[in-house]
Amino acid sequence: MSEIILQIDGKEVAAREGMTVLEAAREAGISIPTLCHHEKLEPYGACRLCIVELESRGSTRLVVSCLYPVEKNLVVRTRSEKVDRIRKTILELLLAHAPDAFELQDLAQEYGADRNRFEKEPSFCVHCGLCVRYCAEVKKKYAVGFVDRGTRREISFIPEIASKECWNCKECFPLCPTEALQAAFVLTKALAFPPPSSAPAQAE
Amino acid sequence: MARINSSAELEEFRKDILSERDPNKPCISICAGAGCIASGASEVIAAFNAEIEKQGLKADVNTKGTGCPGFCERGPVVVIYPEEICYLQVKPEDVPEIVSQTIKEKKVVERLLYVDPNTGEKATRESDIPFYKNQERVIIGSNIKIDPKSIDDYLAIGGYSALDKALFQMTPAQVLEEVKKSNLRGRGGAGFPTGSKWEGSRNAPDEIKYVIVNADEGDPGAFMDRAVLEGNPHSVLEGLIIGAYAVGACEGYIYVRQEYPLAVENVNLAIKQAEEYGFLGKNILGSGFDFKVKVHQGAGAFVCGESTALMTALEGRAGEPRPKYIRSNIKGLWNRPSVLNNVETWANVPLIINKGADWFTQLGTESSKGTKIFSLVGKINNTGLVEVPMGMTLRDIIYKIGGGIPGGKKFKAVQTGGPSGGCIPEELLDLEVGFDELTRAGSMMGSGGMIVMDEDTCMVDVARYFLEFLTDESCGKCVPCREGIRQMLRILTNITKGKGKEGDIELLEELAETAKEAALCALGKSAPNPFLSTLKYFRDEYEAHIKEKRCPALSCKELIAFYIDPEKCRGCTTCSRKCPSEAIVGGKGLIHVIDQEKCTKCGTCFEVCPPRFRAVKKISGEPVPDPIPEEARTIVRGSKENE
Repeated sequence: MSEIILQIDGKEVAAREGMTVLEAAREAGISIPTLCHHEKLEPYGACRLCIVELESRGSTRLVVSCLYPVEKNLVVRTRSEKVDRIRKTILELLLAHAPDAFELQDLAQEYGADRNRFEKEPSFCVHCGLCVRYCAEVKKKYAVGFVDRGTRREISFIPEIASKECWNCKECFPLCPTEALQAAFVLTKALAFPPPSSAPAQAE
Repeated sequence: MARINSSAELEEFRKDILSERDPNKPCISICAGAGCIASGASEVIAAFNAEIEKQGLKADVNTKGTGCPGFCERGPVVVIYPEEICYLQVKPEDVPEIVSQTIKEKKVVERLLYVDPNTGEKATRESDIPFYKNQERVIIGSNIKIDPKSIDDYLAIGGYSALDKALFQMTPAQVLEEVKKSNLRGRGGAGFPTGSKWEGSRNAPDEIKYVIVNADEGDPGAFMDRAVLEGNPHSVLEGLIIGAYAVGACEGYIYVRQEYPLAVENVNLAIKQAEEYGFLGKNILGSGFDFKVKVHQGAGAFVCGESTALMTALEGRAGEPRPKYIRSNIKGLWNRPSVLNNVETWANVPLIINKGADWFTQLGTESSKGTKIFSLVGKINNTGLVEVPMGMTLRDIIYKIGGGIPGGKKFKAVQTGGPSGGCIPEELLDLEVGFDELTRAGSMMGSGGMIVMDEDTCMVDVARYFLEFLTDESCGKCVPCREGIRQMLRILTNITKGKGKEGDIELLEELAETAKEAALCALGKSAPNPFLSTLKYFRDEYEAHIKEKRCPALSCKELIAFYIDPEKCRGCTTCSRKCPSEAIVGGKGLIHVIDQEKCTKCGTCFEVCPPRFRAVKKISGEPVPDPIPEEARTIVRGSKENE
C-alpha cells in the first residue's frame, strides 16, 4: 500500500491508499464529528455531520469525510464558517427529534446549536442506522430494519426474528445515540415476545 | 420469423416489407397514446374498424393505433395518409363520415380540422398546424407513422439501419467517437456529456459492463419518456444496443416505472420481437456481437430516477442513493461499469449514427445540441408534447407552439426541470432553452417538464407544492433532505396560511443551503430550487404573505375572502343557489351578502356570478367590508342599465 500525503487543517498527514479522509484525520488525532459512523460498519454517509471543505485547483467544495477517499495533495479543512454553519443546522434539525440525547447536546454546545430552533417532534430516533447496519453487517441477523421512507421512515424490529435473536444479544443498544432503539425494542417485546419465565416450550 | 443473419438479409427483408406496402393506400393512424386513450381513442379505433368492415373497405385501407404525436389537448388525434389529413378531437360518431367522405370520396371533413383561434384559418395537413409547424420533431415525429407493437412498421421507416451501420461499417471506437463528436448531453436532468460517460465505461478494465435505460420518469406533469417508450420502443432499444456495442456491454436493463403499463407492455413486446429477428441475443445480425436486455419495473419511487438509487433498486434492494464518490459508469450496477442514460438520450443515438454527428450539431446552441422534447402543461392553450431544437426561446415555445395563455390571463412564470427545477419569470421569456442557459437562470433542463403559470398562481404556494412532493418522495436517508426539506415545507405552509413570521425567509435560506451543500444525492441537493428560484424572482410575494398577510395572486385560501359588492349585485340569486355551504344570504331582488363564518372559500360564487354583473370580489390583505344593514338590501330598480 502506497503512502499518500495530504493536508488536513494545515497539518501534513500520511495516509494509506483506500482510506477515507475521516480515517486519515482520526489517525492523525484530528477530530471530526460523526453520528452514523462506526469503524466496524460500511460508511453510510447519512448524518452528514462529518462534512469538510476540500480545496483543489483553486476552488473549494464540500464533501463528507466518512466517504471521501484520500488523494495525494488533497487540502482538507475540517472547520470553516460554512462547515460549522451546516453542522449547526443539522444538529438543530436532529435536536427537534431527540432534544435530550447526550451526544447531540455535547455537539450542540460546540457548534452553538439551539435545541429550540425547530418545533419539537420527539421521535428520539435520528435515523443514524447504526442498529440496523450493525445487526445486518456484524451479526448478520437482520432483526431490525427501516420501514417506510422519507419523513415517515422509522426503525422497527421484525418480531419473527427479534423474538429469537434479540433476547440474548442487545449489542445494538449501546450504539444508539438516543434512547429510541431501546424504546422500539421494548415495544416489540411487549407486542410479540412471550415472557421468558412464563413462556411454555412450544411444540414445533 | 427466422432470424436475420446478415446486413444483406436485413436489407432484403426491409425491401420485402416495403414492397408489400402501397404508399398510396390510405392509412388511418389514430393516436393510441395515454392521453388520447383517456379521451376515448380506443372507442374511435374500434369504430373505424367496424365502419371499414361495414363499408366493405377492409382490403383498401389500413388502420393503425400509433404512439403519441404530442397534441394531447386536441385528442384523439387522427391522421390519414398519404394526404396527411389531420382530424382533431375525433369521436366515434364522426367515424362513418370520415370513412365515407375522406376515404371513399377523398373529401376533407372541414369541421374536424384545426382552426387557428387567432386567424380563423383551417389547417388540413398535420404539418400546417402551428403547434406542429414550429417544432423540429426528429424523435417524436415517427410516433404517428408506426404501430408501436409492430417491428415491421419500425423497419419500414428505416429502423435498425443505424444498428446495421454501427455493427458492420464502424468499430465500437468509431461509434463512441461519433457520439462524442455529436456533443449529445443526457436528456434526463443533469446534461452530462453522453460520449464521456460511455468512454469512462468503455475504458474501465472490468469484463462485465452494463447499459441501462432510465425510464423512471416521475416529475409531476412530465410524460416525454412515456410517449417515446410507448410510441416507439424500438428506437430506444436500437440506441441501447448501439450503446452496448460501443461500450462493450453484453447486458442491458430498462428500468421503467410500473405506473406506465402501456410502456411496459410495448417495450417487452419490442424486446421479444427484436430477439426473434436477431437484433438481440447471440451473434446479432451475424456480427458476432451478443447482447440481451431485461425489463425491470420500478415500484413507484421518484428517488429511483437518481442514478445510484436506480441501480440499488435494480440490485433488488431498497431504492436509496449510494453514498460513494465514484461515478457509476466506473462502478455502478453490482459494482460494474454501468452506463445509465435516459429514454430520450438513447432514442437520439440511432439518429446520430445514421445521419452523423455533423447533422446533429447543426441543431441547437453552442453547448446544447440537437432537439429536446418538453411536456408543455399548465395554463397553456395547447397542452402536449413538443420537440424543439435547443436554443428556441421560451417565448416561442409558449406562444408560437403552445398558443399562449387561456382565458386572456397574463403569463406569470414557467416552471422547468420538474421538482428540482425552478420558475422563470416573464422578463426572462426570451431565454434560449439549453442546459446551461436554464441553469444560469436558476432553473434547470431536468427531463423536460414545462409548467406554465398565469397570474392566478401564487409562487409561494408553487414552492410549497414542490417541496411537499419532495418531502413525500425523499428516501429519508440523509438529514439535510429528510429533516431539512420537511422543515422548509412546514415554514412555507405556514406562510401560505398567513402564519409567516419575520425571519422565515432567512431560515428557509439557511435550510436551503444545508440541503444544497450537504445532502447525499441530487434529489436533496436540488430540492431547495423551487424555493430559491421563486424567492429570486418573486420575493415581493413572499414578503406580502409574511408582512401583510396578503396573497397577491389571490390564491392562498386562508389569506383571501370573497365579498359581494353591494353596488354591483343585482339580486339574481345565482350565487346563493350554487353556494355549497349555504353561506350566502339573499333573495330575489335583494343585495346578497356572504356570511364569512360559513364561507369555505370554494370560489363557486366568484365563478357563477354573471359576467355582466361581476359582483363577487376576491380580496386579500384587507378587512372584509361590513355587510350592509338588512333594511338597505332591497335593490331599487331605478336604472335598467345593468340588466
